[in-house]
Amino acid sequence: MIKAILIFNNHGKPRLSKFYEHYNEDIEQQIIRETFHLVSKRDENVCNFLEGGMLIGGSDYKLIYRHYATLYFVFCVDSSESELGILDLIQVFVETLDKCFENVCELDLIFHVDKVHNILAEMVMGGMVLETNMNEIITQVDAQNKMEKSEVRLTLPVHYFYLSVYQAGQVDTGRYCRSACSCRISCKEHEPPGNAQKHQHW
Amino acid sequence: MALKIVKGSIDRMFDKNLQDLVRGIRNHKEDEAKYISTCIDEIKQELKQDNIAVKANAVCKLTYLQMLGYDVSWAAFNIVEVMSSSKFTYKRIGYLAASQCFHESTDVIMLTTNQIRKDLSSPNQYDTGVALTGLSCFVTPDLARDLANDIMTLMSHTKPYIRKKAVLIMYKVFLKYPESLRPAFPRLKEKLEDPDPGVQSAAVNVICELARRNPKNYLSLAPLFFKLMTSSTNNWVLIKIIKLFGALTPLEPRLGKKLIEPLTNLIHSTSAMSLLYECVNTVIAVLISLSSGMPNHSASIQLCVQKLRILIEDSDQNLKYLGLLAMSKILKTHPKSVQSHKDLILQCLDDKDESIRLRALDLLYGMVSKKNLMEIVKKLMLHVDKAEGTTYRDELLTKIIDICSQSNYQYITNFEWYISILVELTRLEGTRHGHLIASQMLDVAIRVKAIRVFAVAQMATLLDNAHLLTGNVQRKGICEVLYAAAWICGEFSEHLDNPTQTLEAMLRPKVATLPGHIQAVYVQNAAKLFATILKSQEGNTDSTAAQETSQLMIDRLPLFVQSANLEVQERASCILQLVKYIQKLQQKDVEIAEEVIALFAGELNPVAPKAQKKVPVPEGLDLDAWINEPPSESESEDEQPRAIFAKEEPKHSRPRHTEVDEKELAKRREARKQEQANNPFYIKSSPSSQKVYQEAPGVEHIPVVQIDLSVPLKVPGLPMSDQYVKLEEERRQKDKAEKKKKEKKKRKEKRSGRGKRHDSGPESEEDITPAHMVDIVTEEMPENALPSDDDDKDPNDPHKALDIDLDKPLADSEKLPVRSHRAAEVLKSPAQDGDAESAVSQETKKKSSKEKREKKKDKDRDRKKSKEDKKKKKKKHKSEEKGEDLLGGQEDGPVGQSEETSEVAAQPTSTTAEVSDLDFWLSNAPVPSNTQEAATVAAAEAAPVSELASGTAPDSEPDEPKDTETEETKSSKHKKKKQKKEKEEKEKKKKKKHHHHHHHSDGGGEESVQNGTVEEEEPLPPMSNYCLLAENSYIKMVNDIQGNLQDGSQVVVSVIFENKCDSFLKSMEFNVLDSLNSKLQRPEGSGPHDGLTVPFQLPPGVSNEARFVFTMQSIIMPQKLKGTLTFIVKNEDSSTHEKLDFKLHFTCTSYLITTPCYSDAFAKLLESGDLKCSSVKLEGVVMPFHHLLARICFRHHFSVVERIDSCASMYSRSIQDHHVCLLVKTSGQTVSIDAKCDEPTLLGNVLDEIKQTFSQC
Repeated sequence: MIKAILIFNNHGKPRLSKFYEHYNEDIEQQIIRETFHLVSKRDENVCNFLEGGMLIGGSDYKLIYRHYATLYFVFCVDSSESELGILDLIQVFVETLDKCFENVCELDLIFHVDKVHNILAEMVMGGMVLETNMNEIITQVDAQNKMEKSEVRLTLPVHYFYLSVYQAGQVDTGRYCRSACSCRISCKEHEPPGNAQKHQHW
Repeated sequence: MALKIVKGSIDRMFDKNLQDLVRGIRNHKEDEAKYISTCIDEIKQELKQDNIAVKANAVCKLTYLQMLGYDVSWAAFNIVEVMSSSKFTYKRIGYLAASQCFHESTDVIMLTTNQIRKDLSSPNQYDTGVALTGLSCFVTPDLARDLANDIMTLMSHTKPYIRKKAVLIMYKVFLKYPESLRPAFPRLKEKLEDPDPGVQSAAVNVICELARRNPKNYLSLAPLFFKLMTSSTNNWVLIKIIKLFGALTPLEPRLGKKLIEPLTNLIHSTSAMSLLYECVNTVIAVLISLSSGMPNHSASIQLCVQKLRILIEDSDQNLKYLGLLAMSKILKTHPKSVQSHKDLILQCLDDKDESIRLRALDLLYGMVSKKNLMEIVKKLMLHVDKAEGTTYRDELLTKIIDICSQSNYQYITNFEWYISILVELTRLEGTRHGHLIASQMLDVAIRVKAIRVFAVAQMATLLDNAHLLTGNVQRKGICEVLYAAAWICGEFSEHLDNPTQTLEAMLRPKVATLPGHIQAVYVQNAAKLFATILKSQEGNTDSTAAQETSQLMIDRLPLFVQSANLEVQERASCILQLVKYIQKLQQKDVEIAEEVIALFAGELNPVAPKAQKKVPVPEGLDLDAWINEPPSESESEDEQPRAIFAKEEPKHSRPRHTEVDEKELAKRREARKQEQANNPFYIKSSPSSQKVYQEAPGVEHIPVVQIDLSVPLKVPGLPMSDQYVKLEEERRQKDKAEKKKKEKKKRKEKRSGRGKRHDSGPESEEDITPAHMVDIVTEEMPENALPSDDDDKDPNDPHKALDIDLDKPLADSEKLPVRSHRAAEVLKSPAQDGDAESAVSQETKKKSSKEKREKKKDKDRDRKKSKEDKKKKKKKHKSEEKGEDLLGGQEDGPVGQSEETSEVAAQPTSTTAEVSDLDFWLSNAPVPSNTQEAATVAAAEAAPVSELASGTAPDSEPDEPKDTETEETKSSKHKKKKQKKEKEEKEKKKKKKHHHHHHHSDGGGEESVQNGTVEEEEPLPPMSNYCLLAENSYIKMVNDIQGNLQDGSQVVVSVIFENKCDSFLKSMEFNVLDSLNSKLQRPEGSGPHDGLTVPFQLPPGVSNEARFVFTMQSIIMPQKLKGTLTFIVKNEDSSTHEKLDFKLHFTCTSYLITTPCYSDAFAKLLESGDLKCSSVKLEGVVMPFHHLLARICFRHHFSVVERIDSCASMYSRSIQDHHVCLLVKTSGQTVSIDAKCDEPTLLGNVLDEIKQTFSQC
């Protein structure tokens, strides 16, 4: 079982948190902080498994994480999950995000956390792995987005508003865009090539 | 332009959406909290508006804020509103918000039941999907109970997308509502062989999760999983299955034997590291479970260790980590094979990765021996010095202590060395483990008598240098050591060289800065020291020394009397007065040392952690009996507290009644247990966390040897453990030399009660004799301690509730609750009402037919089983009859009779083996050498077994071949027999239940729909598809015909035979005259006119069901087939041959299969223009519209696509894929049905049949 999925950046700012067991908000924040604390002090070339989150889990649970450019993807899983399998799952997740957002960067996650949730929902459900085939995930996500779009078009030209608001805030986004170039999560670059190859088996 | 059109929602433009919110927060870094609170106010305003789009937007923003740690539970109701939007866009937002912040105590959750149910049955698969995803996060026991049945239906949905989600969510449902496990399990098992890999993987996932917690219940699935393992290519699935086997093997070592070969093959063949790793893991688990050595085991271990070495040597840190992890598992059972890789593991201790170092440390634990303990610990001590960061250093510290203290200090040969190590550890800065070191010191000093002198000396030094330990603020944790030091010095003060100096050290003013509990120990032990000093000084003639000591006490103790700590204060003032008194006596020259010493006389022995629990209750003491009269029940609640004190009043103390009857006592006991369980202040008997000290059998018999203190042990200042390493080496050298001499003379008996192996060379570990005999005083246990009852399981584990026997047949009472009136009433808006109703009618229809089908199958199996049982089982015969007795005494006679008769004939076939199917599967092949072959053979064999066991074999599975055993090969027959034996008794009962069930319902004319299925406002009339086939004075036959979805040319006829007479009916033969178009499927080898034997006999009043498969060529016309049933009526004195003719009517309806259809697909279908039109009008129909629809659904296998007021579109599909669409309209008593179908003849016939249905009523 997967107990929680967390994404936060290099400064510990949460970008997505999905807990498959209920905690109240304060504890959730503590968990995020603690996890960040544990994960962030690790070097780049150490293993991606961690034991010893105090708040979440206990002895049976492990933190499995990957670090892509500015973002940490952390899965908290128990012993029924295969460690290497989860590492691959994170990879699939990131690659899916990359496909869905077209060259995903931290900004995409910041502004579209709902979409990230929707993508994640096609991969993991209630703490169990639902789908690992990237194409299948993308097909389902796209189909739902299409449906959403058709509904929107039928009722209100909401996209028009979104667009105008978006343009109004152009200055703001522009500023972040420059930094976005450097924080792009292009998984291929940051992934040690040997590593990526080894775990690719589906 | 667009703005004007949507004037109503113009406000929206000014609302912030999620992106704006995020941007705003980023722009207000300084006063984020303030900004967010204004945003929340805005959101509150937005939520008050009627526009659902505005609400959804607000909820979306709340979801984001929730992630940032803001409590949004106040908006729960708004979230529910958004969830129930008809638009997918908003629905998704609502469900996402719900999944993020709903939980069991969210009270609005109960409002969602109907909405979720509606979404689950939505024609849009993504509505269903979103609902399932959301539900998986916030399912509660109530939701689970109310929706279990709906979700179970979805498990057989046509779309794999829904199926896999439904399968996965079942796990959550089981957790919350364990009663659903048994009814749902057959279908779950069926999904293991789903054609869609995603669904299959989901099913494997769920069963693995279930089995991990309660493996023994899933052992019977092993053959099926074995088959999957050897056939699947999906690595996710394989990993899960292999992990599952890892959990199963400890329960069934034979399974392990079977697994080793295929797993070894996988290890050799796979390129996926994750799979390789899991295989190695499971092989290790297998090897652990196989305690007895099989010859080729060492090869397997070697393979594992070798593969793991490759992983550990890999440059990828992840693999290295996992390699070490798996290595530690091997270590437990095969330490030898791991020890040969010591070099590699010690190397890992230097790794830069902390996780890897920790894993390597774990391994060290198992690798120490008497020989290398000192060396390894020395290395660790080096690491301790180097380590930065307290966590890793603390870990090292605990590891050192673990390693040294394991199995009762088994590997320690020199306790002086160990004490000095402990003392060295006290120099660690900022460690949290002071108490750990302290407890080790205490433990060693108490249990190893020989070391006390040395320990006391060291502790005295520690006390002297206490300022080193307490000086630094960071060192708070370590001052715990002083607790141990003070106690040891006090308790064993007779060993002190200079007690006065130590006493002085213990009474320094600085002590007052220590934590209270340590001060308390100081004070108490100062008193002990004082007693010792008095004793030693009293012998002297000079009494001034003694008086000085008393004065010292009197001077220093007042400091402690002022302590804020109650314990310190109390002890200090008590002892102060005592010393003052002693001083008075001293001045009178009274000898009082003996009396003072007597205050602290007596040895303290270590007590086992569990000892208290094991004290047996003395005879005659009934702890459950009331000491006083229980307070009378009439007392009101607020009086009860008084009653507690009231019992001290004399009037209550009259002798208690001794004749409280047993029942009453048991009841009270139960009540009290309950109360204790709920009382947070009651200390429950939780498993003790202190389990470090395991009793080593036979240690107490070790003779205590005198320590040869040939080398002076006095080490000035703080000890250095290194010195002891050197000393120890010298000692060993000497010992060895001595021993050699001895051995030349004669081989004398060895110490240490453990069996001595062969002389394994001079370096063998047995040769190292401990410097001190470890007179490890085993912990004391009370006399006649009760046998150990270790139940370490957490009583709150939710998985405990899922420990359910899944092989037992389902009882009727276990059926999942279907939608009931109560649930339907929770939330009912007029708009939903109509939809809900049509959904219900559709649902119930499907449900009932499905349930029936399943029941039939169950019965089929039962029948077979019982038949076989009858043939084979003689031994169990009697117990069987007993079982029947309980259920229906009147049937006893005849059944028993028939069993005896058939039994005689079948006697020769009854073979040995009282083994279950699993046993058979496990034992059948003693693992042939050709592994591939073995695997495939096993897989092939597993197939029929699993299908049989599954009980939900697809409809296409013809039943006849199973029934006619004679056709079967001998081996499979053999197998089946075995398989059935075990459960036979239960099956019997089950069978009987079914008999009764049918008996009653058929007696009433038509069989009613499942109990509780339909309980609407206006309850639907009971309906059944079973119609009368034929009847005479002996027997009544009713039948139902169902199409077979998997095979377009098959229909299944289920016939219920009911015995109406008082005689026994047997040898029933069912025969039908085939037509050109339709044929009864007969077992291979029988002629076209042979009848089929009905696979059961009927005692009086009993009914049972048989199924017959017919093959059809054309299905567009209804048909009638003539048939005959022949049977023998057996009375006690005579038997007659009887026959009954019947006409089997295949209506066109029976070729239709209820298929759900989405409205979009439906519209497309109608537009396509391929369909022919036809219509029919029904007059004088007086029934509510939803009854009408329900009737069409039920009788004619349609499903409702859409319903608007008094108009509904319906859909069905024939087994040969003809689409049939209906548009049903009603006005007054006239119902018009417009229909479209791609086959006009079929359509005409179906419409005729519908018309007939309504003309009858």
